[in-house]
Amino acid sequence: MTTPMTAPEQAPTPTPLLAVRDLRVASASGIIVAGLDLTVAPGETVAIVGESGSGKSMTVKALTGLLPEGVHAGGRMELPTRTDASDGRKGRPGREIDLAAPGAVWRDVRGSRIALLLQDPFTSLSPVHRCGDQIGWAISEGRAERVARLLAEVGLPAEVADKYPFQLSGGMRQRVAIAAGLAADPDLLIADEPTTALDVTTQHEVLELIARLQRERDMGLILITHDLRLARSRADRIMVMYAGRLVEEGPTARVMDAPAHPYTARLAACDPPLTHRLAVLPTIPGSVPRPWSVDAECAFAARCAFAVDACRTAEPELAEVAEGHRAACLRPETAGLPVASPEGAGDLAPGTGSVGGGSAEGGSAGGSASPLLTVEGQGVSASPLLTAEGLAKRFPGSAVPALDGVDLEIAAGETVAVVGESGSGKTTLARCVVGLERPDSGRIVFHGAATGARRVQIVFQDPYSALNPGLTIGTSLSEALRAAGRPKSEVGELLELVGLPAAYARRRPRALSGGERQRVAIARALAPRAGLLVCDESVSALDVSVQAQVLNLLADLRRRLGLTLLFITHDLAVARQIADRVYVMHHGRVVETGPVDSVLGAPAHEYTQRLLASIPAAD
Amino acid sequence: MIIFVLRRAGATLLLLLALSLLVFAMLYLAPGDIARNLLGTRNVTPEALAQIRARYHLDDPFLQQYWRWLTHAVTGDFGTSIRTGRPIGPLMLEKTGITAATAGLAFLLSVLVGIPTGIVTAVRRGRWLDRVLVTVSVIGVSAPGFAVGLLLLYVFALGLGWFPIYGTGEGFFDSLWHLALPAVALALGLGAFVVKLTRAAVIRELDQDYVTFARGRGLSESATLRIVLRNAAIPIVTSLGLMVAYLFGGTVLIEVTFALPGLGSLMEESVLFKDIPVVQALTLAVAFVVSVTAFLVDLSYLLIDPRVRARTVR
Repeated sequence: MTTPMTAPEQAPTPTPLLAVRDLRVASASGIIVAGLDLTVAPGETVAIVGESGSGKSMTVKALTGLLPEGVHAGGRMELPTRTDASDGRKGRPGREIDLAAPGAVWRDVRGSRIALLLQDPFTSLSPVHRCGDQIGWAISEGRAERVARLLAEVGLPAEVADKYPFQLSGGMRQRVAIAAGLAADPDLLIADEPTTALDVTTQHEVLELIARLQRERDMGLILITHDLRLARSRADRIMVMYAGRLVEEGPTARVMDAPAHPYTARLAACDPPLTHRLAVLPTIPGSVPRPWSVDAECAFAARCAFAVDACRTAEPELAEVAEGHRAACLRPETAGLPVASPEGAGDLAPGTGSVGGGSAEGGSAGGSASPLLTVEGQGVSASPLLTAEGLAKRFPGSAVPALDGVDLEIAAGETVAVVGESGSGKTTLARCVVGLERPDSGRIVFHGAATGARRVQIVFQDPYSALNPGLTIGTSLSEALRAAGRPKSEVGELLELVGLPAAYARRRPRALSGGERQRVAIARALAPRAGLLVCDESVSALDVSVQAQVLNLLADLRRRLGLTLLFITHDLAVARQIADRVYVMHHGRVVETGPVDSVLGAPAHEYTQRLLASIPAAD
Repeated sequence: MIIFVLRRAGATLLLLLALSLLVFAMLYLAPGDIARNLLGTRNVTPEALAQIRARYHLDDPFLQQYWRWLTHAVTGDFGTSIRTGRPIGPLMLEKTGITAATAGLAFLLSVLVGIPTGIVTAVRRGRWLDRVLVTVSVIGVSAPGFAVGLLLLYVFALGLGWFPIYGTGEGFFDSLWHLALPAVALALGLGAFVVKLTRAAVIRELDQDYVTFARGRGLSESATLRIVLRNAAIPIVTSLGLMVAYLFGGTVLIEVTFALPGLGSLMEESVLFKDIPVVQALTLAVAFVVSVTAFLVDLSYLLIDPRVRARTVR
């Protein structure tokens, strides 16, 4: 039975490359993935989308028998016979595999049938082996020529074979990894967040490369991503996972334009738009539950604005809403509806009382009447809070300077975003402003009377390492308060300021979700009532729904406390939402600066244009 | 890269110079009058003291004395032993063989057994074999070498009579037979240490992404393990270098336990007898071996780790 190679989107049922039935993953704590079916056709791209904890990575690890110790899979995977001699590849006999099987059965599945590409090209290659060797390991005969051909295929020069991974950039490493993954001619490539660790411009190139290889090889692709926008631009079909469950699947256009599950709709709405600024970002209240803590109910019911009693008494089955489009929702028609009050619900942490836009914390600048757009316009007042001139910094042993004559000015009450790719110097700039690095030359002047901790505070990227795991939240915060000369009793007030219940003071960081931890980190930075708050990629480690919550919180704090923010980010859409003015950095220099609307709306510099063009098309 | 080697060699030399100064200062730091100490057990008469002062140039400035001692030491002339009255250089040389053989044998044994065992425990982490071997190695690390030596002597030499109780033997195989028990006693603690550090290094590498990726693209388990070992070699080699210092401490006790006439025994006797020139010479020799090993470990990075190589090329 041969399969004619027609366009897969027109023929819904060609012989699939892979058909999985009832895939389940469980660990000692309980289920991680609660049974899903999955098929991939030749040449087809299926995106599995979900936030952290959705089980998407575990799903694909189960497909390759690579689950970590103590985690077990169940279900059956069918790999039908392939007899395409068209491109000279040998046909492969059909296989049916029990996903629970141990080691040996996977030997002829991995590599030749399915290859798994990982997220981080910095860690997925062995640091002490040459790239050519690493690509060649899976090749038995004619190694040198095959390696050279594979390198050419992924667009790398042949001499890369003699290089070590540390001599290459992130994008080149990911290309080497792709070449290594293709060495055994897999029918199906699974790419687990293949571009998340890369810069925007590199992301675009790598995704284009994967798409081209897929076309040329008629290869199936499972793309694991948290980024709906990326899924929309690359996938034929989208599967949305939530808390270990498949909640919706269907052709990309259907799922994105007519979502049949409220979660999909809400998730898409959380993605900040690049083209305009929203007064308040839509969010999903609460956070993703652990897959094993969900009983007989819809896993999303607790966060769903349209949940009815029936949603909480039984787990909804996947049901067809249109041809090939299925959703596990009792009220699929509600998915498209707008949610009543995004602001009130949006800012709340799980189980919090009310903080959102209401009354809390006096002593702030006023202007709460029409909550939005008040500060933005007139924020750029005359009095500068900080000016930096001619900052230069070169790290020892580095060939290029991290900062090469950077001027920066931040007015009181203003939010300034610094955007750029890795290596642009944006983080070094932030660290110089905070005083964590000393510039080689140039000067930074704070205007105003504040000294020490009262001048500037920082919120880091990773909320998991920013808090001392051994101290309770309360202790961490009272330490910060003490350093600022404020009484310990204000811990509760500080927590409520960032939308957390005061009772969280007794908890330790590990009992908190990522978003909650970042709120605590913000609270700690607010303790000294500093004039300037520096956020170094403070939302980029968070899931998109949580990211929206934290961005709203920052906007809200800014309004209530009159904060001045310096926001470092690689994400232009985030900068669009938060900033009044933006600085674009490239190779240690500021290449463009101005109001956010004009820089991102009508970029003047070639580099800014390139950055914007690399972002997956939104609509 | 040559600059790196030269710089490291220079640093090693400087370190040795500093150590030699300390070692020489030992003479002055030892309690009591130096001339009396150097007289040993001979009769203390004013003439003898004056003679000693003249012979050791004790009235010269300290640095001048040090320089004289150092220039002689470099040529292998460490002066004469107070206890035996013989020149120290040849005395040490004739005892070096046994110590080197015992220590070398112990090192070889612990590496050849310890590293494979460490790899096995890492690969079978959490299984019963791992637990058993880890438990055994904990016992090995914590049991003192001389106690193990006594136990081995009691069981295999005295009880079963498989090995000689003392002596060094003649010819290669006889010597090997005689040195087997001391080497095993020394190797046990060392080997257990090697097991533990190999296990830790391999487990850390097994958890890396590149292992998952290697498996995920169909490489066999043995191919994956080879990649892992190459990466794990870096911390293992470092620790093996550190072990050499430990080895010297261990041989003193073991040689005394097994009554082997090696450098360890010489050290013990000289310390007891306050034979300071010999102690100085021995200390300097140990310092020399340890710092040269450290130097060699540094050089081995150039071979194992391309990242270090790249950094030193610049």
